[in-house]
Amino acid sequence: MSNLVLVDGVAQATVLKLDGPLSLWGGVDPDSGLIVDTRHPQRGESIADKILVMPHGRGSSSSSYVLAEILRLGCGPAGIVLEEPDSILVTGALVARELYGVECPILVSKTAPTSGEIWLLDGGQLMRVRS
Amino acid sequence: MESSVSFAPTRNRSSPSNIESRERSFVHLSQAEQAMLAGEAGPGLQMAMRLLVAVAESEDATHLVGVSAAHIDGCLYHGQSGIDFARALLEGGARVEVPTTLNVASIDMLHPELYRGDPQRARKSRELTDVYIELGCIPTWTCAPYQLPGRPSLGDQIAWGESNAIVFANSVLGARTNRYGDFIDICCAVTGRAPASGLHTDVGRLATAQIDVDVDDAVLDSDIAYPLLGYVIGGLVGSRVPAIVGLDDRATEDRLRALGAAAASSGAVAMFHAVGVTPEAPDIESASGGREPVERFGVSKTDLEGARRELNTGSADLGAVSLGTPHMSLTEIRALAALTGSKTAQVPFYVNTGRGVLAEAEKEGLTKDLERFGVTVVTDTCTYITPIMGAIAGSVMTNSAKWAHYAPANLGVEVIVGSMAECVISAASGEVLLGEDWE
Repeated sequence: MSNLVLVDGVAQATVLKLDGPLSLWGGVDPDSGLIVDTRHPQRGESIADKILVMPHGRGSSSSSYVLAEILRLGCGPAGIVLEEPDSILVTGALVARELYGVECPILVSKTAPTSGEIWLLDGGQLMRVRS
Repeated sequence: MESSVSFAPTRNRSSPSNIESRERSFVHLSQAEQAMLAGEAGPGLQMAMRLLVAVAESEDATHLVGVSAAHIDGCLYHGQSGIDFARALLEGGARVEVPTTLNVASIDMLHPELYRGDPQRARKSRELTDVYIELGCIPTWTCAPYQLPGRPSLGDQIAWGESNAIVFANSVLGARTNRYGDFIDICCAVTGRAPASGLHTDVGRLATAQIDVDVDDAVLDSDIAYPLLGYVIGGLVGSRVPAIVGLDDRATEDRLRALGAAAASSGAVAMFHAVGVTPEAPDIESASGGREPVERFGVSKTDLEGARRELNTGSADLGAVSLGTPHMSLTEIRALAALTGSKTAQVPFYVNTGRGVLAEAEKEGLTKDLERFGVTVVTDTCTYITPIMGAIAGSVMTNSAKWAHYAPANLGVEVIVGSMAECVISAASGEVLLGEDWE
C-alpha cells in the first residue's frame, strides 16, 4: 500500500473522518472551523486542528480560497488525508504556506484512520500514535 | 495550529512495512518555464510557477501546456487571503499573459444600491476586484464568459474557473480546461500555462459513463427537463465524463448549459458528451473512444420528477422569483420579455445577467419590457452568493437547479423549481403555479 504526498509536512492531531462529502465553500465557517452545511451528518463538529479524513473534495472551485482563508485564521485542519488527489485542496494548502507559512500537509492514502484517534502524518508516513 | 503540529525529534522514523512513499511524478519544464521557476521573471511569476508545478505533480502531469485564455473565479471575495495572494502576484511583477476574463464579484458594480450586506465586506470586495484589474484582467464580471465575443473554439487549450463555465467550455464548445480552483486560475493566466493533465488530453476527454435518456417528446420539448436531467446525472456520475444518449437538436445551447450547470452542482462534472449534439460526440464510439463505459445508467421521466421533488423545499406561498443562474443569455431575455406581455409581477422578480448581455438587451429595447413587468436586473454578481434579496416571506421560484441547490444553505430561503414560463405566470398571480409543462 503506498501513500502519495500531495503537500509535504508533518502533523500530529486527532482524526476527524467525514461521513459525507463536504464542500469547504459554504460548508465550513472560516472564523470557527465548524461544519455549517445543513445537510452534512457532522454539522456542528469542528475541523480546526484535526487530521481531516475525506474521500475526496467536493463541489465549488472556491474551496481552495476557503481552505487558505481558514488556515490564515488559525481554524484550519492540521492535515488532510484523501482517497484520491484533489488539486483544489492542494492549491489552498500551498497558498497558505506561501503567504502565511502555515503548514497543512496533504496525503493520498488507502489507510483510513478512525475519528477520535491521534495519528501522525509525516511526509509519506501515516501512523497511529494512540487510540 | 501550533499545538497540533508536531516537529518532536522523538517521533518514530522507522517506516512501517505496509507504508511507503510513492515517487512523485517529474514535470518536464521548458527553458522559459525553468527561468520563471528560478525567479528570473520576478517573484510573482516564480510563485505562480511554483504552485503550477506542485499542482501538475499532484495530477501526474509530465509537462505544462500553453493556454490561449483564462477565466478567473478567485475575484469573488471570501476573505483577506484572496487580496493578499493577488497583491503578492501584482507586487511581484506578474501580469496576465493571455486574455483573461473575470467571474462574478460580491457586489453589482452597475447597481451598487442593490447590496444589503456588510459595507466593510463590500469595500474588501472592491479592493480584491481592483487588484485583479491591475493584473490586467478584463472586468467582465460574468459566470457566462462563453456569452462574450471571441469565445474559445474546438480544441483550444484554456484555463477556466467557475464550474458552469468549465463544463460548457469542454462540452459545448469543445475547448479544453480542467476544473481550476481559485488562485491556480490566475497562476495559469500570468504564466500562460496549465498542467497537461485530465481534460487537456485526448484520453481524459473520453466518456467513462453512459446515460441512456428514455423520456417522451413532450419532456424533451420542455426547458425544465434539462436542468433536472443535469441534476440527476451529476448525482449519478460524480466527476466522471458521461456520454448522454437520447438527446437531439432540441438540446439548444441554453438548455445544454442549464444541464451542465446542474450536473456541476450535484456532482463534480466538468465535461459531458450529448451524443449527436456536442462537437466531440457525433456518435457513441467517438465519445467513448470505443471503450465500454465503466458505469451505465438509465434516466426516465420519473427520475426527473424525483429531482424536482428533491430540489423543491418550499410551499405554494410565493415570495420572490430569481432567474439567470448562470447569467441569462440574450436569447433567454428575449423569451422572458415575450412572456411578460402586459402582466405585472406581484412579488420581487430578479434577473441575473452579465453587463455585456444587458447592454445588448438595452439596444434591442427588451429592458423596457422587463422594467414594466417589475424585473430587478442584477449584473456582475448573482442573487445566491451575496445579500441582495433581503428577507423573503415565502418560497423563491427559479428555473435553475444550481440556484435551487445552493440558495437554501447560502440564503436560508425555501425554493421551488419551475420553468421560466411558470415563474412568470406565478409572479403575475402572486402564488406558485406549476404544471404547464409535461405533468
